[in-house]
Amino acid sequence: MLQILDENGKVVNEDEKPDLSDEQLQDIMYRMVYTRILDQRAVSLGRQGRLGFYAPVAGQEASMIGSHYAIDKEDWIAPGYRDIPQLLWHGFPLWQSYLFSKGHYKGGQMPEGVNALVPQIIIGAQIVQTAGIALGLKKKGKSQAVITYTGDGGASQGDFYEGMNFAGAFHVPAIFVVQNNQYAISVPADEQSAADTIAQKAVAAGIEGIQVDGMDALAVYAATQKARQNAVDGNGPTLIETLCYRYGPHSLSGDDPTRYRTSEEDDEWEKRDPLVRFRKYLEEKDLWSEEKESEIVDQAKADVKAAMKEVEETPRQKVSELIEIMGNELPNNLQEQLEEYRAKESNK
Amino acid sequence: MAEMTMIQAITDAMRTELKNDEDVLLFGEDVGYYGGVFRATEGLQKEFGEDRVFDTPLAESGIGGLAIGLGVTGFRPIMEIQFIGFIFEVMDGLAGQMSRMHYRTGGYYNSPITVRAPFGGGVKTPELHPDSLEGLMAQTPGIRVVVPSTPYDAKGLLISSIRSDDPVFYLEHMKLYRSLKGEVPEEGYTIDLDKADIKREGNDITLIAYGAMVHSALKAAEQLSEENIEAEVIDLRTVSPVDLDTIIESVKKTNRAVVIQEAQRQAGVAAGISAEISERAILHLEAPVARVTAPDTVYPFASDEDVWLPDHNDIVEKAKATIDF
Repeated sequence: MLQILDENGKVVNEDEKPDLSDEQLQDIMYRMVYTRILDQRAVSLGRQGRLGFYAPVAGQEASMIGSHYAIDKEDWIAPGYRDIPQLLWHGFPLWQSYLFSKGHYKGGQMPEGVNALVPQIIIGAQIVQTAGIALGLKKKGKSQAVITYTGDGGASQGDFYEGMNFAGAFHVPAIFVVQNNQYAISVPADEQSAADTIAQKAVAAGIEGIQVDGMDALAVYAATQKARQNAVDGNGPTLIETLCYRYGPHSLSGDDPTRYRTSEEDDEWEKRDPLVRFRKYLEEKDLWSEEKESEIVDQAKADVKAAMKEVEETPRQKVSELIEIMGNELPNNLQEQLEEYRAKESNK
Repeated sequence: MAEMTMIQAITDAMRTELKNDEDVLLFGEDVGYYGGVFRATEGLQKEFGEDRVFDTPLAESGIGGLAIGLGVTGFRPIMEIQFIGFIFEVMDGLAGQMSRMHYRTGGYYNSPITVRAPFGGGVKTPELHPDSLEGLMAQTPGIRVVVPSTPYDAKGLLISSIRSDDPVFYLEHMKLYRSLKGEVPEEGYTIDLDKADIKREGNDITLIAYGAMVHSALKAAEQLSEENIEAEVIDLRTVSPVDLDTIIESVKKTNRAVVIQEAQRQAGVAAGISAEISERAILHLEAPVARVTAPDTVYPFASDEDVWLPDHNDIVEKAKATIDF
């Protein structure tokens, strides 16, 4: 397992330490703190019934931010439903992510230049699509890669194998990240597979595979950066398994982790917290302060507030609008139904 | 104009579009070097190169995902599912993903994908090769389901499908591949995907069919004509969505309708059409809308399929019963 920072923020693997400037290091910390606050706010908004579907991310910041920081703005992301932070840092606006959560179609409209798919709900579907995007990038001769995310449960899906196998067979610029957060809802990772690691599943597809400490942002960054370089250099895909933990429930839709996890286990993982160790590392270098952190906290809270305001000002979607966006061209059955619903809506 | 079989017309349509648009890609199992198990893609890899026409690993869900990913990066994929029974492996790709790409991205991405698959009975294939699964796909909004019945239609409808920015499930009846020939223009031409075709005009009863059953309906119409019953035969061409205007107009003229499908009776395309006719034209009907279908069993092994599949005799019988109601 690749680790660069230990739990106390000490460098344990000088050889693999990525070459990042002080600003970049601060930037990674900034994004992790910001993400933690967004998550706390989302959980609270969710409990108030002001969001729709939401999958908490606390505990996975190093995995999410560390991997995303290693890719380029031009690269593609094919996220799972939990991977909202990477999308946000790729340019997807926060308020739109809330609309996605609420099931509003505007929550699926990527801004121009944001190369990303809408978060996938079906486990593993994004993996086969990633093979297609990567093949498309290769055929267009682009110096770009595509990164996709799933969890430990996703690594059990047929699509996981099909996607990696296709990407390997076509030798395309794809990066598959499995965020092994230990539980597929309630089923622990060791019941998911008899394989010792998920990373070793890369062998079957003939691609590179690496297991990384997913609570260590520098390790995740280093592994992803290497994977991206390999991808754009034409050296084929990589599977990265990030060993991490989700502190919260699987989603806010009724999951209760106390039914399948112990508080001892939670405590054990919290000792490895990605923010704590990175903070210690930066403080040691005199690159971080409490004031800096509280500014970010305030900023994140203000941004959430502004985004919620924008959401609440967004007009409710109409069924007639949904009919209009079913396809590029409106077939005859929908033309008829469009008129019906427009009439219905004008009577309300 | 050249005389072509349906499979030649299909190959010709793909050749036309591969030539016409460099973003058109063709892929699937055995479609490249080998030219497809039915030779539908014969010669295309040689002509357009391995970059445009290529074999994939044997995994249907992977093929569907590949098409979706290529679609969002600016290509216009034609993916082949080798036999229709293998669509269960890619059902998420078809019904869960490409059919709703436009909707779930608020129109930001398209799925300009054509899914080709051979289907249809009467040619003694193994199980899960001939099934009529168009009803399954017709239940899915966001994907057109096209079933050509002649070489001319096959080319025009396939070109329209490839040029469509929305996904099209294009079903090729195996029995029609080489059993009939027809005049097919050499140039590229399109046929409106949402328009049914009146294959024969008549005033006494409307026979509504698609795929190979169009030919059974035409044969039945000839037989009925000998008894002075003039049947109008409508070829749906697209079974989802169905061109109800053409159907209702015809029923208003003939006052009687028989809906014919090779698929089992339960649910499906014919059931939907019968319901629409009842809802839209009940006062024009002189008899209940009848259906000619296969029974509600799993598709039988080859030795029973001749009895299991509906044929022109079943149509004649049902049409006469409707007239005599």
